[in-house]
Order: sequence, then structure tokens, then C-alpha cells
Amino acid sequence: MTRLIDVASVIRSKNAGPYELTLDVIFKDRFWYEQALRENLINPVLISRLYNVPEVDVLGIVAFEPANAIKATIRRPMVSGAIGETDVYGAQQHAPLLALTLGSA
Amino acid sequence: MSTLPPIRVLSPTAILGYGFPTASFEAGLALNPDVIAVDAGSSDPGPYYLGAGISFTDRAAVKRDLRYMLVAGRARGIPVLVGSAGGAGARPHLDWTVQIIREIAHEEGLKGRLAVIPSDMDKAPLMAALASGDLVVLPPGEPAMPADIERSTHIVAQIGEEPLIAALQAGADVVVAGRCYDPSVFAAVPILRGYPRGLALHMGKILECAAIASIPGSGSDCMMGTLDEVGFVLETMNSARICTVTSVAAHTLYEKSDPYHLPGPGGALNLRMAGFEQIDAVRVRVTGSVFEPSEGYFVKLEAARIVGYRTVSIAGVRSPDFIAQIDDILAGVRTRVFDNFPEMQAGSANLIFRVYGRDGVMGALEPERERLPHELGIIIEAVADTQDQANTICSFARSTMLHFGYPGRVSTAGNLAFPYSPSDFKAGAVYGFSLYHLLRVQDPAAAFPFHMSNLEDSA
Repeated sequence: MTRLIDVASVIRSKNAGPYELTLDVIFKDRFWYEQALRENLINPVLISRLYNVPEVDVLGIVAFEPANAIKATIRRPMVSGAIGETDVYGAQQHAPLLALTLGSA
Repeated sequence: MSTLPPIRVLSPTAILGYGFPTASFEAGLALNPDVIAVDAGSSDPGPYYLGAGISFTDRAAVKRDLRYMLVAGRARGIPVLVGSAGGAGARPHLDWTVQIIREIAHEEGLKGRLAVIPSDMDKAPLMAALASGDLVVLPPGEPAMPADIERSTHIVAQIGEEPLIAALQAGADVVVAGRCYDPSVFAAVPILRGYPRGLALHMGKILECAAIASIPGSGSDCMMGTLDEVGFVLETMNSARICTVTSVAAHTLYEKSDPYHLPGPGGALNLRMAGFEQIDAVRVRVTGSVFEPSEGYFVKLEAARIVGYRTVSIAGVRSPDFIAQIDDILAGVRTRVFDNFPEMQAGSANLIFRVYGRDGVMGALEPERERLPHELGIIIEAVADTQDQANTICSFARSTMLHFGYPGRVSTAGNLAFPYSPSDFKAGAVYGFSLYHLLRVQDPAAAFPFHMSNLEDSA
């Protein structure tokens, strides 16, 4: 079993406009990027569970080969900066991804 | 066959006012750039700055960066472009930036033609556009309502390169624009001179964050883009940083939900066929980026309005019993506050308890809410229709929580540790985004006309 944090160079979150939060995992090399795709590591069910949001609010998951990256985008719980906001830039919402592992099979 | 010589665009810094090393800027000038351009803004810092008409960047820092850019641009006779002036790009932000430019021109004896391009939208035509179906929703947002337009303090459009090109064609040496689609200021001169729009915009998309797309990334260092008719090359102006395929491609992901399809004014960048190639140890070449015009030309609108007034109080808690019963205590305090001020309960006042150490950062998204630490930070926040009401709610919640009785309490002198006296802070007006929608425009250059003057004219 391999920890995601050992094979990823970037695990981050950020607003994509005021309505969306986008999560990026950039792998250190092509091997682990492809391994994550083979395992379907980042998928709507997982993101829904990790972030306690309905699956319909997981707006998309995109693999971007030029960067060895997989991205998931969710609907923000509230529009950026609305009353009750906790993270205006959305830059500290990545932590639930840190505990993921690959090669569990 | 290529007939146009390569064109060089220098991006000194990710946001005007974030600074850059002078050595990097001079290294950029030594490569004889054809354009110096900078993105001065973002909606990232939230609705306050747009709504209040205030810059999130510092005036002295902005003036410092602009001085280098304007002096170099005028000495070399190359255009200088500034987009999203003053951070949010509304009229007060634009005026603030123009004032700084005029001060520099006066101090440095600069001469030349200055084009100023407001991107503010009047409310009456927007109401008409809403009625006619030309102001449309941007999913996953909600459709706009007339009140969203009426109550906004500032409404801006993210303009494309067309209004900038019109100003350059009229002879502008310096172009300063209100809210812009970030790549526009970098792409305008290349597109005007006949380089492919898709490549120019994709290069601009990377240059707008300057050296963030390098390793180690920095928002306060210079990046050069060199464009030909087939592709573009990115390189940093600081030998401590390099561009790699990963650093450049990774930046394409940044703040975007789909890196293959990047919508902007008038269409979208399609990167399905884009190639990223490491041409030497420090430079990356990008090819294959294509711009696909949309049916109808749309610009993105941004607006903000006042939603109330805020007061906050910051405190810490160290009692294990208090921490174990935090939810019950907060609920008890809330009940006590609105028992005393029932008139504020019916939606006119928000009382928010932020519990750092539990879910202060992630709120509803926090998966580990139940794991309580040995100390908690609490922010008591009130947002109400007036500052006085917010002060009252915050103050009453703070004093109630300080002395709130709970089962097993032994620290009877007070429940909260306050780092500050006074303990409460008036944060003033609170703004919310009121529009983030698309507007159809017939002629993007005519919709956002420039105003030409001389740099040396007094304000």
C-alpha cells in the first residue's frame, strides 16, 4: 500500500470562481498518475464521502495527462465570501485527500 | 511558413503590487520585450473589495511596480498594459490606478498616450438584458434577479482583448483597463499583430500569474513568454527558477474546473491538442492551443452588494469540560442571546460561532468534526442590518459565553481567554457577490470604449 502523499507532488484546493471548489492531485510521475487512473482512485463516490456532500454536488473529475494530474470539482457549500464563509480563497480544503492510499488491492 | 518574427511579452509579477526582483526585471528587459503587461486583479479576495471600491493591494507597492514598468516601457517605446486595475477593476479602482500612473509620469517626466478603459456596467441596460434573456446564468449559480442588479454597489464585466486592441490601434502607449479576463492584457498586442488567438490567450493565461508556473513557483517574480505562429516558449527571468512541463501544465489546472476547456470572453480555449515540450533545462514550449469562438459573444459580470455589518470577538478555551460540551454551550448561548433580543431573531441578525480546532477551516465539509483537541479558538461573529445591532449581538453573546454555567464547571471565574482588550472588533460593512453571470454583447470593442489622454496631463 502506498500513501498518496508519498507519490503526489501537489495536493491542493482552490476556488474555481465563487461557486466552485476544485481539488488537484498532481503525481510525481506518469507511473503513479496511471496507477491512480487504473484504480479509479479519485471518483465521485469518494469525493462525496470525504467532503460530506451529495454526489450531485461533485461537478466533475478530470484527468489531465500533461501535468500527471487528476482534478475533482465540487459545488461550494456557499458562494465565496457569503455570511458564514470559512475559507474565502478555498485554499485549505485539501486535507481530507491527504490520507488516501494506492495499491490497496 | 512563419512570416512573423517571435514576439516577447514580459510579465513582471502575478498581481500588480506583489513586487519582483529588480535583477529579474532587468534580465527581462535585456531580452528586448515587445510588450510589458500585468494583471492587477482577482476576485479571489472575495466580494468586499469590489463592493467597497477598495484595492486589496497596497498603494505604495503598486506604485513601486508601476514605476519600473512605465519608465522601461516609455524609454523603449513599447506598450505597457495593466488589466483589472486596482484589484477589482471597478471605477474607483481604475481611478486609483490612473492617479498613481499620473503621479509617476509627473515624477519621472514621462510622456505618451494613455488609454483608460472602464468596464463598469450601468444598471438600466442590464435590467433590459435580464428581461430580454441576454443576461444568463453561469452554472452552478442561480439565475439573476432584478434586485441583484439594483442593490449592487459596483458591477463590472471581464472584458476581452478587443477593447484593448482598439486602444492600441488608436495609438495608446499605456493601456489601463478595468476588470479584464486575465489573459487579455498579455494577448492583446500579439493578436493585434496577427499571431494566433488561441496561442496568444493560452500564453496570457500562464503569464498572468508570472513565475507561479515555474519551480520553485513565485507570484513575485518575472516570466517571459515568446510567441511565434506555431507555439510559445516560457522562461523565468531568475536563474533560481525553471519552467518544467509539469510546472507549466500544472498551472493550466489552477483555479479551473476543466483544464481542457477554458471559457473566456467570446469563446473558449481548447487544450485537447495542446503539447508541452521541455526544450532545454529551463524552458518549455507549448503548441496546439486553439481558440473556439462561441455562438454569440459573452462577457462575465461580477458585482457585489452590502449584506450587513459585522462585529467579531476572538477568544480561546482550555477547559476540558467546556470543550467536551461545546455544542450544548453554543446552543445555550444562542438561545440566551435571542431570548434577550427577540426582535433580531427574525432573519435580521446572524450569530455565528466559529470553532477553530474543530471545524473552523472546513465548516460543513469537515470530515473529522468529532475529534476534539485540548484547546479551541472561538470567533463570535454577528452580522446584522446595522453596526449597532451587530455590536449588541456580539457583545451580548460574548458576555453570555464568558459566564455561561454548564454541568461540571469548576473554572467559575470565566470560560473564555481573550487575547485583546477591547475584545470586540467592528469590521464594518459586509459585502456579498450579487452577480456572477454572463452577458451577451454585440460588439465587444464598442461596448467598452477607451478614453485617451496624455500621460503628462494633470489629473
